Amino acid sequence: MELATGAGALKPDAPLVALSDARVHFGAVRALDGVSLTISPGECVGLIGHNGAGKSTAVNVINGGLTPTGGSVSYVMEDGSQGTGAVAARAAGIRSVFQELSLCPNLTVLENLRIPHRDLTGFGWRKTAAQRISKALGELFPGHRIEPGMAVGDLTLAERQMVEIAAGFAEGATPARLVILDEPTSSLDASIARQLLAHVRRFCSSGGAVIFISHMLGEVFEVATRIDVMKDGKIIDSRPASGFTQQSLIDAMGHVASEKTDVRAAVEAGDRIGEEVLSTPEGLSARRGEIVGLAGLAGHGQAEALARFFMSRSGALSKVRTPDVAFVAGDRGRDGVMPLWSILRNLTLTHLPSLVRNGLIDRDAEARLGADWKARIGIRTDNMNNPILSLSGGNQQKALFARALASTAPIVVMDDPMRGVDVGTKQEAYELVRREAESGRTFLWYSTETEEVCQCDRVFVFRNGLISAELTGAAINEENILAASFEMQGAAE
Amino acid sequence: MAKSPLPAMLGIVTRPWFWAFAASALAFIATLYLSDGRGGGELLAAALTFASFSAIVGIGQMFVITLGPGNVDLSIPATMTLAGTLALKFMGGETGLIVPGLLLALAVGLGAGIFNYLLIRLLRIPPIIATLSASFLYQSLAIWWNRGLRIKPPEVLADFTTGALIGIPNLTVIGILIAVVSWVVLERSLFGRWISAFGQNTRAARLSGVPVEAVRAITYVSSAVLAAFTGYLLASFSGGAALNMGTEYLLISIAVVVIGGSSIAGGNSNVPGIWGGALLMFLVVSMLNSYGFGAGVRLIMTGTIIIAIVAAASGKGRSA
Repeated sequence: MELATGAGALKPDAPLVALSDARVHFGAVRALDGVSLTISPGECVGLIGHNGAGKSTAVNVINGGLTPTGGSVSYVMEDGSQGTGAVAARAAGIRSVFQELSLCPNLTVLENLRIPHRDLTGFGWRKTAAQRISKALGELFPGHRIEPGMAVGDLTLAERQMVEIAAGFAEGATPARLVILDEPTSSLDASIARQLLAHVRRFCSSGGAVIFISHMLGEVFEVATRIDVMKDGKIIDSRPASGFTQQSLIDAMGHVASEKTDVRAAVEAGDRIGEEVLSTPEGLSARRGEIVGLAGLAGHGQAEALARFFMSRSGALSKVRTPDVAFVAGDRGRDGVMPLWSILRNLTLTHLPSLVRNGLIDRDAEARLGADWKARIGIRTDNMNNPILSLSGGNQQKALFARALASTAPIVVMDDPMRGVDVGTKQEAYELVRREAESGRTFLWYSTETEEVCQCDRVFVFRNGLISAELTGAAINEENILAASFEMQGAAE
Repeated sequence: MAKSPLPAMLGIVTRPWFWAFAASALAFIATLYLSDGRGGGELLAAALTFASFSAIVGIGQMFVITLGPGNVDLSIPATMTLAGTLALKFMGGETGLIVPGLLLALAVGLGAGIFNYLLIRLLRIPPIIATLSASFLYQSLAIWWNRGLRIKPPEVLADFTTGALIGIPNLTVIGILIAVVSWVVLERSLFGRWISAFGQNTRAARLSGVPVEAVRAITYVSSAVLAAFTGYLLASFSGGAALNMGTEYLLISIAVVVIGGSSIAGGNSNVPGIWGGALLMFLVVSMLNSYGFGAGVRLIMTGTIIIAIVAAASGKGRSA
């Protein structure tokens, strides 16, 4: 069988990539905390772990996109020489295919190939590009109906993903030797996914290497020769694929639910929770004083469900003084922060209609509200009139928390609000949420962190935009959430 | 970056509208220099009068521009023309119809503003296209109604618009009153906060409970009402409406906002700068006139001066 790319004649035991104690720290956040791994020709490494475990960071370190703050990454070229850095990564034939589609929709398929394939220059490059992408598409996905001259914007989501994958395997100036596939099958249907898995096996058996990241555990078992489990920026387990079962993999990924969870007494919850205050068409519901969690893997429809609910219950001019719902943004830049404003103005925005006296904003009352919340939530600044952007991310997040909590809204919607927040602040925030719930507020809380979800009274687990499980009480634990998050059958149906 | 001595700097650094007034003063002095200081009073009175028109439409445009990228009201000239022609024809020179005529002009503005907003909201047309295409409708309506008639305004109204109150032109008094009210609205009212929030991050504003659609509707309506009011005043001031009376206010309304130091990217506007920009636009032209430049050179110089002012005003760390 002829492959799009030959891995060349390599000594089978010489690794393509070697990471040695690689560390990446973003401020206090340890995205990668000492990872050592090697990938050799012929290997297909399944990389799994929960959201935020450090998989994407690891991938970006391996493909040279991110320079580790500690440790080393070295690549072995086809001729046996070694190198480091992004240029060496490209020269060593390392290719990445990302889940977030990175194609330009206004360009054609072949023009998009030109972006990673920098050797496509000069007269007639379009012809070469068309040949390369057609050949790769033909080998990977026989029966596809993609023409190289089609604009990417006219393709379906699955077809775009196919183009991305084909570009990753297509022949170029340097042949692909290690292809990193990050959630490649998330938008592909089962038959196309099988074609991809078959190609991955062919590619590896002829000396290529693949890093395969997927939440479909079945697929991982089908192609991986080795599975590395990541958690908290470390590789916590690495075995040949045959050394794991699906259950042992889930156990390895998760950690024992934190003991703090049990402090929350069931009796107390029973007293606190009142009548139902919301229910949405997709099946979300919550009662007065209840903390309802939305769990599952990132991007499976939780944020959209929250946004839909929020939009349906807000926006009317008559509601500005007595809002039904308030929103705590997790994506601060997109959904929360007013970048030109002071901390104070950012904090008071939602509650401001209630601070109007004689048609004007009562600025003394506004300052008092700000000072009150600065003390209650511990915003670290000496002056609330400083610009919001002078604060660290965690303190900006506190201001956004205060913006929602300062309002009188009986329901608070939180869209993964603990991003970029340090552990101490998180504990304070949990405490605050619990206190507010005790006084009758209802919380809808989407989080990608299981520890947070375990703080909730009731949890809805999302998968592919639908609710796949509703957990209450003792059933809220990491195992159940993970089991409901993952497609247990995977591709092996 | 995080801990720059920003509060200390803000006290020293000049306000965004400083440059517009500084340049206006320079243009004023340069013009007087040529005439050896004679005619300063007349020049100032003329500047204050003509700047009033620019300032009132400019304030409406400023509110729209505050809403952020893509928000601009290009229907201002046509709304001015339509309101001016309709009101003057309706009044027909009758003193008793001055107030009903004013109300008619304001109603035209209200209608135009609502129509603009509906185009933007219901048909999801970008504001720049919606207001531009609507302006063709308004202009055609004005032509259809007007038929080239040139009706004089009621004498009392004409006298009022050209008159003065203890030395200050009546129009300037009106323009300054509107500016003061707008300044209070922008800086101290809930609505002012809301449009600033809208202009900085519409999605975040919506998620923070700001009724963004109401904010947008009110903003476009107020811009059109202010334009209609200006059209009424301008037609009365110049002794009758003309079909091209609004034309120059398309660029002027945007220029005074920009020259005044309001952010073109939205979210950050100021009212004093509108007056500074309006004065400058008049004074630059009269300066170039009195130096005897031809029309071509005048336009080139005007453009160059605007660019220089905007560059100077944005040179103090405000990336635009």
